Amino acid sequence: MKLRTALLGAACAFALAPAAYAERGADGHVNVLYWQAPSILNPYLSSGTKDVETASLILEGLGGFNEKGEVIARLAESVPTVENGGVSADLTTITWKLQAGLLWSDGTPVTSADAKFTYDYCTHPEGGCAQAARYEGIKSIDTPDAQTIVITFDAPKPNPYQAFVGGTSPILQAAQFANCLGAAASTCTDQNFMPIGTGPFKVTEFKTNDTVSLEANPNYRDPAKPAFATMTVKGGGDAQGAARAVMETGEFDYAWNTQINPEMQAQMAAGGKGVFLNGFGTLVERIEMNMTDPSADLPEGERSTVAHAHPILSDINVRKALSMAIDRQLLVDVGYGAAGRPTCNLVPAPELYASDNTECIPQQMDAAKALLDTAGWTDSDGDGIRDKDGKKLSILYQSSTNPVRQDFQALVKGWWNELGVEVELKNIDASVFFGGDAGSPDTFQKFYADVEMYANNFDGTDPEPYLAQYMCDKIPGPSNQWQGENINRFCDPAYDALVKEMSATADLAKRSELAKKMNDMLTKDSYVVVPLVDRGRLSAASNTLGGVVLNTWDTELWNAQDWFRVK
Amino acid sequence: MTDTTVIEKPRSFSRDVWDQFRTHKGAMAGLIVLATLILFVVVGPFIWRIDPTFVEPDAAKMIMSRNKPPTWAHPLGTDQLGRDMLARMMAGGKVSLAVGTVAMLISIFIGTFIGVMAGYFKRLDGTLMRMTDLFLALPLLPLLLVLMMLFGDRIRALLGPEAGTFLLIVFAIGVTSWMHSARIVRGQVLALKEREFVMAAKSIGTPSRRVILRHILPNVVSPIMVAATLGIAGAIITESVLSFLGLGFPPDFPTWGRLLYDGVEYMQLYPQRVMWPGLAISLTVLSVNYIGDGLRDALDPRIRGR
Repeated sequence: MKLRTALLGAACAFALAPAAYAERGADGHVNVLYWQAPSILNPYLSSGTKDVETASLILEGLGGFNEKGEVIARLAESVPTVENGGVSADLTTITWKLQAGLLWSDGTPVTSADAKFTYDYCTHPEGGCAQAARYEGIKSIDTPDAQTIVITFDAPKPNPYQAFVGGTSPILQAAQFANCLGAAASTCTDQNFMPIGTGPFKVTEFKTNDTVSLEANPNYRDPAKPAFATMTVKGGGDAQGAARAVMETGEFDYAWNTQINPEMQAQMAAGGKGVFLNGFGTLVERIEMNMTDPSADLPEGERSTVAHAHPILSDINVRKALSMAIDRQLLVDVGYGAAGRPTCNLVPAPELYASDNTECIPQQMDAAKALLDTAGWTDSDGDGIRDKDGKKLSILYQSSTNPVRQDFQALVKGWWNELGVEVELKNIDASVFFGGDAGSPDTFQKFYADVEMYANNFDGTDPEPYLAQYMCDKIPGPSNQWQGENINRFCDPAYDALVKEMSATADLAKRSELAKKMNDMLTKDSYVVVPLVDRGRLSAASNTLGGVVLNTWDTELWNAQDWFRVK
Repeated sequence: MTDTTVIEKPRSFSRDVWDQFRTHKGAMAGLIVLATLILFVVVGPFIWRIDPTFVEPDAAKMIMSRNKPPTWAHPLGTDQLGRDMLARMMAGGKVSLAVGTVAMLISIFIGTFIGVMAGYFKRLDGTLMRMTDLFLALPLLPLLLVLMMLFGDRIRALLGPEAGTFLLIVFAIGVTSWMHSARIVRGQVLALKEREFVMAAKSIGTPSRRVILRHILPNVVSPIMVAATLGIAGAIITESVLSFLGLGFPPDFPTWGRLLYDGVEYMQLYPQRVMWPGLAISLTVLSVNYIGDGLRDALDPRIRGR
């Protein structure tokens, strides 16, 4: 018996050894590759994923999201909920408590004043805060003492985990950014490039659009973490090069967004130096139908505006037939492999909000043809293109320049041609397409085409703001410099009413029901949005890097403090 | 006095040039290669009747037909969507060769015209050369962007997406690549116009137009030829850059440049994807270069007949 106990003890000692030896900085150096190089380390001045995620190594919020989409505490003691009294019963206030003894990397204490300052910083009327949406609906922020932050909302807020939760709304140090309020924000180069934070690492050198050198934060709240003493985040190259650097040459330990074609994935994974990590979030590749007329014959300022309805896509049968003719599973196999799955939903996740709509997944070419026949779209002049009342089913299909999108365009064009629809393809350089320049005719907001394809997702786990984008008053047009989010120019008073109802509903089950209903209104009931592929994140990690958990609800570097070297 | 004296038949100019050209082995090889390539893209599609944009509609078959190595059914294999590479090479070559040739002709025409005018007429020299400098200083890409944005939609609506884009691209490449040939030609003309034979022609009252066409142009043919051959290669590449940026042909419209770009991603797994279009572009450029070399020798009155 004694021997057995002793042996057990010895076994335990061995098993616990790595944990016991864990010590800050014991594992040396780690190399991370963000092929889109970070250009600033202040997420409030950039909405670029690369900037937000790199900054999340340094700056943290009160809470964050884990890989399941649940809210976790970071700087806070715990996550406030209605049950623990942190969120008031009427959902109008949330009270966060800071952990005791928190220090910034420069050794000064973290206080509630810093959070209050961050709110003032982002909501300053003269500053262009990229994350202002996270602070919307807040009436005031009070700091009764140095550890307590009370956020009061204008109205009941069913999802109070917006401000200070996740990588997009971290807390800035008031002392450092005091002189950077409003218009001065972007001129504070030192602060924006080398912010002082509470995260596991701190910046030692920042070369814009190239390299960020970091070292372990000496004042990090967990004395045993991070395991790495130094870290380099390098930028440059492309997705394929990044994947190769981890999977084949082993120069890097972690590469972000290594979206490459399925065959390459299989080949690189066979190399055995690393693994691809994938996780599904809310990113959906979709075809958007233009409900307004983009014809070049219309005068500038009237093209693609609500002044003229689309001559052919206004007919729901046409939209439905176009959707039915697509083989989504094939698109996944060709373009994304393990990093994608077919979907019919605009909101594919989290599970609570995902509609059970799967009817679009099997391709139904014959049914689509029959639908157009019965709707009166027939090939009356024998040129192979269906027409009705002198209007031909001829569409311009645009997307950004990207090999997968061009393959998709070619495949979809093939199916639509078979259906009797004439398709002209157009691809536009991504920086122009997504650039948002009101002067360019080729942006996705201007939508000077009949249909367009791109991917979009929503931040966090609550789809309400995302679904609210399809309200009538968010239609882009000349009057708002083409900055609206309702790309399809979809407008339905019943939908707007649902959005309003959801914003006033707190009960989760009811919210879920509303979200599903709105999702269905946009997809299977109207075919205004034609979702194609639910795209996961695909990143590559070396086999020698341990502790990596891919998180699609927060930044990918959310748990860099837990990373370690596998020996 | 003998009866055997044979008076040589008077020889025509083109005959002289051809005889001289034939002696240049590289040029002959180039001519044969280029002729083969042209035959390949012009006659080929009549023999090889697969549609270059045909994608197998049946999903299961389509997946099976992707990235195939060469077989009898697909002598150059298939691409990532199972489209026949041979048919794509033919269709792509037609566009690329046409773009290259037409754009080169436009650019050479403008370049020679400006160069001769600037070199021959002193009064125009300053203005024309400053204009050339101006064009040289213009960044090509933004200029093309503006051109495409201003006229793209209108021309496409007028002539259809393919013909419209073709016209726009050759025009855009032509008007942005003539500067080097203009400078070279000007330099040559400046030197030539002080030569005795030009002086002589002028002294007997030959009008400027004839001096230029008869005496100056044949003597500047060689640099023009060199510039032209380089121009073809440049135009083929510029076209693919434009298409890549979304300013050129629609994405499903194959050209050699686009086939090359599409293939780069698959280079490691399927090297033939970049080999074929790369080889075709290189062969075109090389053969045109050699032909230019031979033509220069054949057209230059100082070299011909030696």
